[in-house]
Amino acid sequence: MAEIKIDVKGQTCPVPLVETRKALRRAAPGDIVVVEGTHSNSKEEIPMAVRALKLELLGIEERDGVWTIRIRR
Amino acid sequence: MAEPAVAEKATIILHSGDMDKLYSALIVGNGALAMGMEATIFFTFWGLQRLRKGGLEKGPLSKMNLLGLGRWMIGRRMRQANVAALEKLVRDYKELGGKIIACEMTMEIMGIGKKDLREDLIDQYGAVGTYIQEARDSKITLFI
Repeated sequence: MAEIKIDVKGQTCPVPLVETRKALRRAAPGDIVVVEGTHSNSKEEIPMAVRALKLELLGIEERDGVWTIRIRR
Repeated sequence: MAEPAVAEKATIILHSGDMDKLYSALIVGNGALAMGMEATIFFTFWGLQRLRKGGLEKGPLSKMNLLGLGRWMIGRRMRQANVAALEKLVRDYKELGGKIIACEMTMEIMGIGKKDLREDLIDQYGAVGTYIQEARDSKITLFI
């Protein structure tokens, strides 16, 4: 099971959401996608997308304005 | 991926060729795809001009274009804010499975042939019936 990291720090709407979706499409079932970003709306919207896609949200952390979202496909 | 068998759908008519409105269409389309929906954009009239070869980034600003000065200023602000280029948004849209339909009537009226258009982006050439078939079972329909 692989861990796929994507860095969308400094990127704005809709790039964090779109890059997350692209990574999830490329991931195999069971793989973990880790997204790091700074766009504040995306911190709320990526979890919404994860729920809509019926995937598993493993956690959300934030430190010094950088959030990290972990998703299991 | 555990997605519903029949995905919900967003269908957008892009009638405007304005740069800012093309952004709206592609951002909403990409957002729908990212949130697990299907998406279709029907490029018609001035919107179809943006599918001409080399035309994607050529649209004026819908307000305060000021012969291109307003467009240039907004473009600069967008780059400072790190807003993605239209070419990236359209490629992401296609990569996520977004569909692009080109309006055939517009092609006829404006004397545009398939060879004049970005055939790499276009999935289908259609008329109003194609749009209605796409829109009738869509959760979201927009006219931009």
